[in-house]
Amino acid sequence: MHDVLRVNTRTHSDVNDFALKLANVNGTGSASANGLLMQAIFRMGIPVTGKNLFPSNIQGLPTWYEIRVNKEGYGARALDYDLMVAMNSQTYARDVSEVRSGGYLLYDSSWPLDPELHRDDVTFLGVPLARMCNENFANPRERILMKNIAYAGSLCAALDIDMTVVGGLLEEKFGRKKALLDSNHKALKLGYDYARDNFDCPLPFHLAKMDANGDKILIDGNTATALGCLYAGATVAAWYPITPATSVMDAFKGFCEEYRRDPDTGKNNFIILQAEDELAAIGMVLGASWNGARAFTSTAGPGISLMNELLGLAYYAEIPAVIIDVQRVGPSTGMPTRTQQGDLLLCAYASHGDTRHILLFPSNPGECFEFAVKSFDLAERFQTPVMMLSDLDIGMNDWVIPRIKWDDSFRPDRGRVLSAEDLENAAKYFRYSPLDENYVAARTLPGVDAKGSYFTRGSGHNKLGGYTETPSEYQEVMDRLKLKHQASAKFVPAPILETREGARFGVLSIGGCDPAVREALDILAAQGVPADYLRVRGFPFDAAVEEFLASHEFTFVIEQNRDAQLKSLLTLETSVPKEKLRSVLVYGGFPLSARHVVEEILGQI
Amino acid sequence: MPSITKPIATHPSLKRNELGLTIRDYEGSMSTLCAGCGHDSITAAITRAFWELSTPPHMIAKLSGIGCSSKTPTYFVSGAHGFNSAHGRMPAIATGAAAANRDLLYIGISGDGDSLSIGLGQLCHAIRRNIRMLYVIENNGVYGLTKGQFSASADIGTKSKRGEANRMGPIDPVRLGLSLGATFIARSFSGDKEQLVPILKAALAHRGFALVDVISPCVTFNDHEGSTKSYLSTRKHMVHATETDFVPPAQEILANISPNGTTSVTLHDGSVVRFTRTPAHYDPTDRAKVTEYLDSKTASGEVLTGLLYLDESSADMHELSNSTEVPMAHIPYETLCPGSAVLDKLQEEYR
Repeated sequence: MHDVLRVNTRTHSDVNDFALKLANVNGTGSASANGLLMQAIFRMGIPVTGKNLFPSNIQGLPTWYEIRVNKEGYGARALDYDLMVAMNSQTYARDVSEVRSGGYLLYDSSWPLDPELHRDDVTFLGVPLARMCNENFANPRERILMKNIAYAGSLCAALDIDMTVVGGLLEEKFGRKKALLDSNHKALKLGYDYARDNFDCPLPFHLAKMDANGDKILIDGNTATALGCLYAGATVAAWYPITPATSVMDAFKGFCEEYRRDPDTGKNNFIILQAEDELAAIGMVLGASWNGARAFTSTAGPGISLMNELLGLAYYAEIPAVIIDVQRVGPSTGMPTRTQQGDLLLCAYASHGDTRHILLFPSNPGECFEFAVKSFDLAERFQTPVMMLSDLDIGMNDWVIPRIKWDDSFRPDRGRVLSAEDLENAAKYFRYSPLDENYVAARTLPGVDAKGSYFTRGSGHNKLGGYTETPSEYQEVMDRLKLKHQASAKFVPAPILETREGARFGVLSIGGCDPAVREALDILAAQGVPADYLRVRGFPFDAAVEEFLASHEFTFVIEQNRDAQLKSLLTLETSVPKEKLRSVLVYGGFPLSARHVVEEILGQI
Repeated sequence: MPSITKPIATHPSLKRNELGLTIRDYEGSMSTLCAGCGHDSITAAITRAFWELSTPPHMIAKLSGIGCSSKTPTYFVSGAHGFNSAHGRMPAIATGAAAANRDLLYIGISGDGDSLSIGLGQLCHAIRRNIRMLYVIENNGVYGLTKGQFSASADIGTKSKRGEANRMGPIDPVRLGLSLGATFIARSFSGDKEQLVPILKAALAHRGFALVDVISPCVTFNDHEGSTKSYLSTRKHMVHATETDFVPPAQEILANISPNGTTSVTLHDGSVVRFTRTPAHYDPTDRAKVTEYLDSKTASGEVLTGLLYLDESSADMHELSNSTEVPMAHIPYETLCPGSAVLDKLQEEYR
């Protein structure tokens, strides 16, 4: 991608600092072997990141898994691979070319290697994986699956991965399935012994136990999001299956079955509706929220496109709704299994007419949990849709994050809702009047009291909620809605500012760019180019965003889309002159790397 | 939708229901539909049905989409919450509402454009989920608010006001409901209150999706010669399949003293619907026979009305979902949140 300017983005050392890439064919069981390696390194107390670069396919297409080990804790995607595990003949040529000079390549030596693909500056480690598995396993399916565990065994020897940790993980996974456990142990040992007997193990770069992970956890953003929805007290969930958001609802369902089943009656304190499409999914969320339940949907860009219609209704009729958007590559179907931040503008102003929404931008699974909870509070406090924009990288990859904390004194902010007693004491009730300091009026729920009845409508209405086609009455409501949206700026998660001595310019970024940006800023500072960093976490923008832009001569806006959508949003919603903003845009679909940022910034200053 | 507030002037001699409410208490704003619109007759029948059932107004939720029909929830039960949503999207919103609070009585008002074109998918899936609600299609075969285009229920050969003939086959909500497994299917005519009120009451007592297709002529765009959904045409071709009488649970004993030739069907809330079989063989619980009979009537150009199909044995959405009896919206937060100890323990799995 940026091969012209080769900037070494990592400080080289032999121990606990390297990147490994595994090239596989999808649907062959490699994911569990790769996950096993990642988890074993995590348990050895070493900071580690795993990025799954997978195709939109069930079986047969190339898939890669990248593991980066970094004792400093840098977790962005690495672009220099010290070791390639080349298990896919379809991509072999490309995989060979991606190994750094002086690096290693592990391949299945059951068949001869194409001499044309040889590189003198790379050490080739041949392990006869297929042959060993064919000799040791009878079942054809097992022969394929165990090849993965066998290469994991070889990597344990080559990289000094603790075999007792790996063995323990296998026990946890297959404990009750004795035959499967035995096969896995056998395959692991085959690979391990072969590597130990034939290569100089460990390789120059390898692992050594650390204690950097403390009580941290290894979790993906979609699971954390689902946990947030569970703890927020969501009871109604409606969705339509879509990559990369499906696992949000899968996880939510799993948690609900575990923690939301009444122990006495066996009945569910939740309802999950798999809708016919996203038009219906958002409709169900609106109906449930209107009726007093905490409801949400999870989707991706194509779903948001369909939901636009009812997002406008929710905005105008002031109905709470929580929408989790796990962004993927657009436009259209785009690349469903690749990551992007391409829905910013779509979500900020979703639907026809003048609309603007509250958006939250988590940057890791920990924030996915925190912001999911926050989304429900904001949606009910401001009686409007709240969209949490995660992405495929955050949502589907495993991240090492500090343990999620929960405060048992937390009670949800249900916003202004009148009770039966409130209504009894009220002379008369109007849906949109009187207002509080945030321009929000109290709502009533169906089934409470006839006195609180009102008509929810997406058609023109006046400040009391009555139908209108009168310009001044219509405008009055629209102006209030704008003020209400502005008022929410103080309630969305505040931006995070990191300043550096002697900073020459600002860097502003969002969401999953964070690990790459932070690493890049350290590299730049080390090269004498310090910069201040602001990460926005919500829309509408907090006053601190305006101040940051005003106080820097120029600011780089780093984001993962072609059209600089965050930059556009900043020019639309703050007073920053366009000339003061520069863009770093990486939008090919793979997670951002520090090198992308460093090269772009150095190239533009 | 525009509406005019109606002054409530209750005459002391007006009859009161079990809650002590008069029919005035079940009315809404003044209709702004065209004078003579079939929809207003349906509104009057709905008003009467709720009054006769003594439903507490605040326990009713009225939902609609967009179109002339969808304006009408403003015109009945002003003490109920109303939700005039988006074109064709009412079924999903009703689904979500029903998911959140199973204690309310849901009535959805839609039209043939709203339900059979833009909202056809949502209608089908609401039927499949067997949402417990009364779903009324005020069916006039025409788009009124946009001035007279054919809808998907317009019959072949029906003519628009400009004389243009429709050549595409209609979607019949009754057959649609039958094929999708709707558990209560009825058809009536807006001008036949004697038939419509008991049908609506039975539909409201049904534990599941009650689809009521009401032929409702459009006086402005579809009540001329050449239209098959005009007052004249409907009256001429209407055939009553079943005479429906609805008896609430309290009067069940009386219902059982029925004349010969009547089939009584007990609904799950204990109330009883009596069918007077016009044709001796008509059994509204036998799907195959219902379909066959419908076919024969359609072939002879007759509009079959009455409670046409009933299945009281299928599970509704909440039963299918194993939902708790308590409305989701009423479950205390303390019951919903597993707490910090669970979260700590759970996170051991992510190590």
